[in-house]
Amino acid sequence: MSTRKKVLWWVGGAIIVVYALFPIAWIISISLKAPSDIANGQFTPTNVSWDNYETILTGSASDLFLPALRNSFGICLIATAISCLLAMFAAYAIARLDFPGKRLILSTALAVAIFPVISIVTPLFNVWRQIGLYDTWPGLILPYLSLTLPISIWTMSAFFREIPWEMEQAAQVDGATTWQAFRKVIVPLAAPGVFTTAIIAFFIAWNDFVYGIVLTSTEAARPVPAALGLFSGASQFEDPTGAIAAAAVLVTIPVVVLVLLFQRRIVAGLTNGAVKG
Amino acid sequence: MASIEMQHIVKQYGDGFPAVNDVSLDIADGEFMILVGPSGCGKSTLLRMIVGLEDITSGDMVIGGKRVNDLAPRDRNLSMVFQNYALYPHMTVFENIAFPLRLSKTPDDEVRRRVNDAADVLELKEHLERKPANLSGGQRQRVAMGRAIVRQAEAFLFDEPLSNLDAKLRGQMRTEISRLQRRLGITTVYVTHDQTEAMTLGDRVCVLRKGKIQQVASPRELYEQPVNLFVAGFIGSPPMNFLPASLEGTALQTPFGAIELDEARAEKVRGRDLLLVGIRPEYFEDASLVDEAKRPVGSTFTARVDVTEWLGDSQYAYIPYDAPQAVTDQLRELSRELDSEELRTQAIVSIDATSRIREGRDAEFWLDARKIHVFDPQTGENLTRDAEAGAELTRMAAQDRVDQVDEARGGATPVGAG
Repeated sequence: MSTRKKVLWWVGGAIIVVYALFPIAWIISISLKAPSDIANGQFTPTNVSWDNYETILTGSASDLFLPALRNSFGICLIATAISCLLAMFAAYAIARLDFPGKRLILSTALAVAIFPVISIVTPLFNVWRQIGLYDTWPGLILPYLSLTLPISIWTMSAFFREIPWEMEQAAQVDGATTWQAFRKVIVPLAAPGVFTTAIIAFFIAWNDFVYGIVLTSTEAARPVPAALGLFSGASQFEDPTGAIAAAAVLVTIPVVVLVLLFQRRIVAGLTNGAVKG
Repeated sequence: MASIEMQHIVKQYGDGFPAVNDVSLDIADGEFMILVGPSGCGKSTLLRMIVGLEDITSGDMVIGGKRVNDLAPRDRNLSMVFQNYALYPHMTVFENIAFPLRLSKTPDDEVRRRVNDAADVLELKEHLERKPANLSGGQRQRVAMGRAIVRQAEAFLFDEPLSNLDAKLRGQMRTEISRLQRRLGITTVYVTHDQTEAMTLGDRVCVLRKGKIQQVASPRELYEQPVNLFVAGFIGSPPMNFLPASLEGTALQTPFGAIELDEARAEKVRGRDLLLVGIRPEYFEDASLVDEAKRPVGSTFTARVDVTEWLGDSQYAYIPYDAPQAVTDQLRELSRELDSEELRTQAIVSIDATSRIREGRDAEFWLDARKIHVFDPQTGENLTRDAEAGAELTRMAAQDRVDQVDEARGGATPVGAG
């Protein structure tokens, strides 16, 4: 690459990074401002204050925030685990077996994925109240599965298709049952795919707001995004902007940590799935 | 160790296309059998039916006296080396080789001993802790073989195992496989489209065409007494030359002059208007370099040389000739079936490397008439095949084989025995 090209790449890259990270810098800045500082029109806080974090972790909003954090983690992890496990079997079947209705399953999964959440949430609210799932963990895990399963099945079947048939046949000739071949050869080979899928599924569940706000009413099951909407200011004339910003920063941290931890696996996984090796 | 018997094996795909059509083949215990043929002839399908990766439409597959049609691959106790090796990339070389043993719940010290034995044989000792991705092509190939020999399988199956290696390595691995098989004495079925492998490795070679067996015989018999035009054209490199001919008296009239046949052979080919004479390149010679004593057994002719290729140890000359349209079409069809594209009717003749014959000039050639074959162009049948002489060649090969195995196994014990 010529120097000129390099410079252009760097400039282009820098613009995109600034564009993407600016809102995050902004919200961090807001979360560090004192209430009087918030509307002063400056980007940086005049005094760095940790009041907002105190409010949500130990102060008045902690009753709302901390249980919500626990709910979010629990519900999303369980939903991700179940979704990955189910998607793994489904994707294996789609990639390897020839059975009637294979295309139907894939297109149904796609249809479910593009179906607008808002249009089913009201009927779901009624059904959940009837059968006692309203405001419970399972009551959120189930709809989260409907969000995460389709994308999981699609990504994982792409990964399974990349694994050469011979691997499995070799294992069978070596004396493995179908299940042993799956467990000892296919699953380890698909591990990057499973990680990628798990992380995508986790993000989808973690970011959900509509199900969270409609299908819960107490701290028994309310996830963080819904809890953020219920924050109130110190008085009714004051917006809880600072507290919301602080909470938003806190819930971003696990996502960032996850991505950093599995960065190499995800990148390997994404390219593996996309490009024929 | 076991024999493999196939009786009227048929493989039909969903659309009714028979990939393998009524194949009956007996492979003796300890024999090295080659399945060879151009692409699409059903050789790999047949191999996969033996190992159980492909269902058998009809017929019986009997391994070691037991019908295995309905057994899963893992219950057949065969080991297979795949074309792309199919090594497990997430396991070390040691674990790759140990995989079949782990599946059969072999105790740890036994696993270690057997894997080390196999690694010794294949010279993989220093690579045992590496991952397959870090190995060279030849090393990967050896790991795949290690996985096959580590357990006491009834038979080894190879599916074009050397086709991914470069030419030099292929030659080395070929001798390696041959030595290993002789030493272990295990029944082996080996699929290839490379005829060097077919000729050098096999005790017997089975030539397939469009799912049907053409001929099963020792490499020598295939070469000297081919049963039909297809086998004659497939075995040998450069391939056999086919010249149009007609019989007049006891002499064959060909574009390269008259070739005198003995009475017995002339009798066999009589009564047909058009014949094809099959002459191997090495039956020709530069006439000026032929011994006076040898001259009378052949004929000489003069022809214009189109191209010569000098290879150091040998030399080839290309001589174009005219043929009737029917023959040209027939030969073109044949060459297409053999995966080559022969555009013109020309003879490839092998002449001495010291010959001064040059391209673009007329030259005098001598042709050894003793070993030529005459084919019926319609059916492709070899009219002059001497079945008894062919069978004798195969008998001799079998005897050589027994001696070789005795020699190879004298002293050395098979891997994993005991």
